[in-house]
Amino acid sequence: MAHQQIKFYQTGTFTVGNRLLDQQLRTVQATADRSNSLDSGHRACQGCGEALGARFAIDAAMRATDNQLIATNATGCLEVFTTPSPESAWRIPWIHSLFGNAASVATGVAAAMRVKGRSEVRVIAQGGDGGTTDIGFGCLSGMFERNDDVLYICYDNQAYMNTGVQRSSATPGAARTATTQPIGDQPGADFGQGKNVPLIAMAHDIPYVATASVHDLHDLEAKIIKAMALHGSRYVQIFVPCPLGWGAHPQDTIKIARMAVECGLYPLFEAEHGEITNATKIRSRVDVTEYLKIQRRFAHVFKNPDQLAKIQAIADANIQRFELLSTVGNGQ
Amino acid sequence: MAVTPSSLNVEIPASAPARRHPKIDLRVVDPVRAAIRDGSVIGVRRTTLSGNDAVAKGALEVGARFFAGYPITPSSEILEYVAKHIFRCGGTYLQMEDEISSIAAAIGAALGGVKSFTATSGPGFSLKQENLGYACLTECPLVVVNVQRGGPSTGGPTDVGQSDVMQARWGTHGDHPVVVVAPYSVQECYEETIRAFNLSERYRIPVIVLTDAKISQMKEPVTLPAQDAIPIVNRAKPIGTQQGYEPFGLSPTGIPPLAGMGEGYRAHFTGLYHGRDGLPTRDPKMIEEQMLRIHAKLETPTATAEIRKTETYFIDDADVIVVAYGITARAAKDAVVQARREGLRAGLLRPVTLWPSDAEVLPEVLGRVRKVVVPELNLGQYITEIQRLAYESARRNQIVPPEIVPLNRVDMQLISPAQILQELRS
Repeated sequence: MAHQQIKFYQTGTFTVGNRLLDQQLRTVQATADRSNSLDSGHRACQGCGEALGARFAIDAAMRATDNQLIATNATGCLEVFTTPSPESAWRIPWIHSLFGNAASVATGVAAAMRVKGRSEVRVIAQGGDGGTTDIGFGCLSGMFERNDDVLYICYDNQAYMNTGVQRSSATPGAARTATTQPIGDQPGADFGQGKNVPLIAMAHDIPYVATASVHDLHDLEAKIIKAMALHGSRYVQIFVPCPLGWGAHPQDTIKIARMAVECGLYPLFEAEHGEITNATKIRSRVDVTEYLKIQRRFAHVFKNPDQLAKIQAIADANIQRFELLSTVGNGQ
Repeated sequence: MAVTPSSLNVEIPASAPARRHPKIDLRVVDPVRAAIRDGSVIGVRRTTLSGNDAVAKGALEVGARFFAGYPITPSSEILEYVAKHIFRCGGTYLQMEDEISSIAAAIGAALGGVKSFTATSGPGFSLKQENLGYACLTECPLVVVNVQRGGPSTGGPTDVGQSDVMQARWGTHGDHPVVVVAPYSVQECYEETIRAFNLSERYRIPVIVLTDAKISQMKEPVTLPAQDAIPIVNRAKPIGTQQGYEPFGLSPTGIPPLAGMGEGYRAHFTGLYHGRDGLPTRDPKMIEEQMLRIHAKLETPTATAEIRKTETYFIDDADVIVVAYGITARAAKDAVVQARREGLRAGLLRPVTLWPSDAEVLPEVLGRVRKVVVPELNLGQYITEIQRLAYESARRNQIVPPEIVPLNRVDMQLISPAQILQELRS
């Protein structure tokens, strides 16, 4: 795949990286004929990871489908900031469904295209982590089970940002939100068993599951393009830092996204039909404290070694499980 | 329970000179405030709260120890307030994965023996409807707060609406009794939440607190009673032998005592039609008995007196009245005062308990006025109940029913006193 041929120095800064690449290896965004399906002028906050991730994902999907794309969108930040009254940033057929039903509505749209004999028109469904892992989870699982021809993209910013930063089942342990304990022995979100939706999606044996991050947009685009080349249910979860909800500087969005991956807390991998086919190796491992200390939502963990150890253990477990370090497991 | 105008003590000089901005003293002379001033009570608290905080505070102070919720604008502050404070009272807060599981968890906790509640707004309230029916049939003491916003569907999440009035009454399928209260101020958000819990505990019934986006977000000074002066009703528990305990049996009050699960009594709950012992039944006689009983328990004289609550304002000699509830009643009150200044014999009926509708005060007043204006932030929902009561009263007394005029707004703006005044004049 194209993205594997790119050296790190070429992607270090995205703009420069593109200039150094061959024409055909450049990203969709770098080309003049990009579709701009999620247009400028929307009302996302400064440094919004979701706006960046969505723009790259949608344009890549448009390229892959020859501009034959319909999108459904669950209630959430993406829906709100792209459609401020009385405007819309969307240049494709776009349905704001409800909070929990984007997957099911997309199923219906895909069925309509099939009935009309327009199978070249492809459908994507989008939602935040709340609309995907919580209230929309039933619809999503049903879509996987029926293997409907829909790509579901989850923009994971790890809480309900639109309603004011309440915890979701994607909120990591110890992260402070408006509805978690502000004080006490274990402030912040509980360390539950976690709800790893990519792994749950894999358990449905669907054709393609991937996680991506906004710090590696070549990889993100490649995964979306690959997903659109397949038929059946596909799931891509994109890590999108939220400066407002995470208490981070807007200029640190990419840095945070990179660190989450490089410390092992957010493994990037691809899976086909329930089997992991590719996991992005950690290039230069960073300590979880480096990742945590630039976010105010984790400010209290530095006074709580117990919580810090738990977070480190999660990162270690991920590294072990997905063989993220080349020295671990079989290696390469 | 009627609030008489005397307790509101509005001073309007009979021969006030016409002024461009007439000074009208709308201060409510509150016996509690008066008592604080003369030092005869201690422990009364005066503070400033938002409507959502007042609801949450009232719930915690009346003894709610379980809350399950899900973020939704404009009710999320209730969730956040409870998340912050319920642990200090030894309670549990859970943020669930969706609206349905929120009310379901609250039902589970309520039947487990703990005062429970949940809070939501329009779309979430729609999702909760099946569970609400389950709570009605299993006679589960439960409080559901619905902060109304613009609807249907996502509608106007940050905008005000009053369009869930009929849904609150008839949202779930099947015949079911339900109590709905509609506060119109932050003070009342606190008081009515307490009353809602007390009614739900006394009558084993889900009670819906219907506020709206404006009341929930605005901040007002409130006077809260001393902690030990808050009226608290706890559900009746069975006493005596565990043998033969009937969670749905007949009792003198019509409300069977409810044992919490794990308290030694047999607990068996189902959403199927069930007999007195709680086991499923297909016996027509038993089904009818139970269905009639769950409705009749709200119809006894004691229940009627306790549940029904209507504020009357300048009603005694009125010939043109406004019937308004919730946020709209605030504008209506202003309009009535202005109309009185102009010499119109105007009055206000404000149902605080929307459902069951006040079958005592409403028909009596509707039977002796010339005109009724019903302002609502919907396309005419509660007006149908007013029409029903007025026409029924007129037929029974063989008089001409009053002219009933709707005044509706669904543009997410509030109805202004001027609009109501115009209707009162015409």
